[in-house]
Amino acid sequence: MNQTRPPIDQRAPLLRMSHVEKTFRGNVVALRDMNLAVNQGDFVSLLGPSGCGKSTALRLISGLMSPTSGRIEWTGGQSKDDLGVVFQEPTLMPWARVVDNVWLPFRLRGVPYTDVKDDVLEALRLVGLEKFQRAFPRELSGGMKMRVSIARALVTKPRLILMDEPFAALDEITRHKLNNDLLALREQIGCTIIFVTHSVFESVFLSDRIVVMAARPGRVIREVQVTAPYPRDEEFRTSADYAAHCREASEALHDAMGEAA
Amino acid sequence: MTIADTTPVTTEDQEELARFRRERVMKIARWTLPSLVMILTVLAWHLYVAINEVPHYVLPGPGLVAQKMVEDWGILWPAMILTGRLTILALLFAVIGGVGLAVAFTQSKWAELSFFPYAVILQVTPVVAIAPLIQIYVDNAFVAALLCAWIVAFFPILSNTTIGLKSADHNLSDLFTIYGATRWQRLRYLAAPSALPFFLGGLKIAGGLALIGAVVAEFVIGRAGTGLGLASTLLEASYRFNFGRLYAALILISVMGVVIFALMSLISHLALFRWHESALKRES
Ligand SMILES: Nc1ncnc2c1ncn2[C@@H]1O[C@H](COP(=O)(O)OP(=O)(O)O)[C@@H](O)[C@H]1O
Ligand SMILES: [Mg+2]
Repeated sequence: MNQTRPPIDQRAPLLRMSHVEKTFRGNVVALRDMNLAVNQGDFVSLLGPSGCGKSTALRLISGLMSPTSGRIEWTGGQSKDDLGVVFQEPTLMPWARVVDNVWLPFRLRGVPYTDVKDDVLEALRLVGLEKFQRAFPRELSGGMKMRVSIARALVTKPRLILMDEPFAALDEITRHKLNNDLLALREQIGCTIIFVTHSVFESVFLSDRIVVMAARPGRVIREVQVTAPYPRDEEFRTSADYAAHCREASEALHDAMGEAA
Repeated sequence: MTIADTTPVTTEDQEELARFRRERVMKIARWTLPSLVMILTVLAWHLYVAINEVPHYVLPGPGLVAQKMVEDWGILWPAMILTGRLTILALLFAVIGGVGLAVAFTQSKWAELSFFPYAVILQVTPVVAIAPLIQIYVDNAFVAALLCAWIVAFFPILSNTTIGLKSADHNLSDLFTIYGATRWQRLRYLAAPSALPFFLGGLKIAGGLALIGAVVAEFVIGRAGTGLGLASTLLEASYRFNFGRLYAALILISVMGVVIFALMSLISHLALFRWHESALKRES
């Protein structure tokens, strides 16, 4: 815990989406009037049923596409070039060894391996894979591949990491383990994370803010704050506090589904 | 009996042993069975020719073919070198042309729209129909034959590589965009490795086609009397009813085909075995 995070209401702003809309082919409204302020150090989850525009929101933030209307502003000297991204699939280059996969963000910026060897190995150490640096992706399990993907996202020490249902394809035991490790990681590197999920439990366990979304058209319904302090561990999973927050988020999600139906 | 032999054997060990034995039998069978088929076929061939007293200009016996192979080695070997050189060069140029065009096509939509139809036309027009024209316009017989073989061999490389270059994972491609990759970086680090398995698949097909192209070219062009490859040797032997030599040449062409295929498979294996699913061995 070498980083101390200010309380949730005293954090410096990082990113603001105002009245953001995204329409595909003129009529599919993927996102309607989305307003979201993300502050430095936040762990924000976007929670909602599939098709509610969660991935679209991340793609807008990462600059892969631009909004049909509305604005996305970066504050505090942050830019969209300082990003880490984790997708639902590990999205590794199968032909490259683990180290080379993690080196990729640097390599694309023209930084030779020898200059960043320490950063690459440190990132692998953070996700517990320093022993597997010479392995090829196919030699790793699903959870380990996801860890490599996370190492690649954080190797450049970006201030914002976007994660799009990163653990959705994993079994529950592996997912719990990775959830724990992700929180531990965040304590160590102190980055901001926007995390997309359709699991209420996952969002409550991980985040300090949950943005509940609904589909058709994709929109934000409500925001739930999870006030439980970090670090959170297995004990938190069985606490009354956790159960209460899960109920709150569940109800919000239920409302969201109800409204959409 | 040693002491070790008397220790109780668990069922697991027995299963393991059985599996090991099965594997060893398979390994031996892989070589012995085809060899046995070969020996029996040659034997049947020999008996058929001997018993029915088939004249050698209808079907020469295996003994005669073997004898011709040795006797005519001085003719067959240089012919094989020539056909081999033709095939390898055609394949080499097919790789250069096919990969070059594929890269051009994927880098420029306009290039693809303009030229791809012509690549298809070149491919679907039978080379036997084009060969006489090539023979007329190209003076050097070797170059003319090379051109024929190239036309046949290059298309699978072009089409496979083009598909391969476009087959990169979409999320990886997005990642490259997010990290601000240049065009060159995208080609070098993403498109090219993604295309490799496709390219190698095309190469395997092209290797066989290059040989077919070389044989066809020799049939059509070699007749003009310039450079004698295996196929022209075969053709000439047939005119002279020298069926022993004909069969010897035929066998050598087959051997070349097998060698080329094995070579391409080896290249493919060496390039992919570390990472590609197709090279993954699983216990069945
Ligand atoms: N590239 C696209 N073209 C057309 N429609 C799209 C595209 N991307 C997403 N959509 C539509 O936008 C809506 C939201 O999609 P998405 O953001 O992927 O949802 P989620 O990630 O929450 O499941 C869906 O109805 C989807 O069909
Ligand atoms: Mg999605």
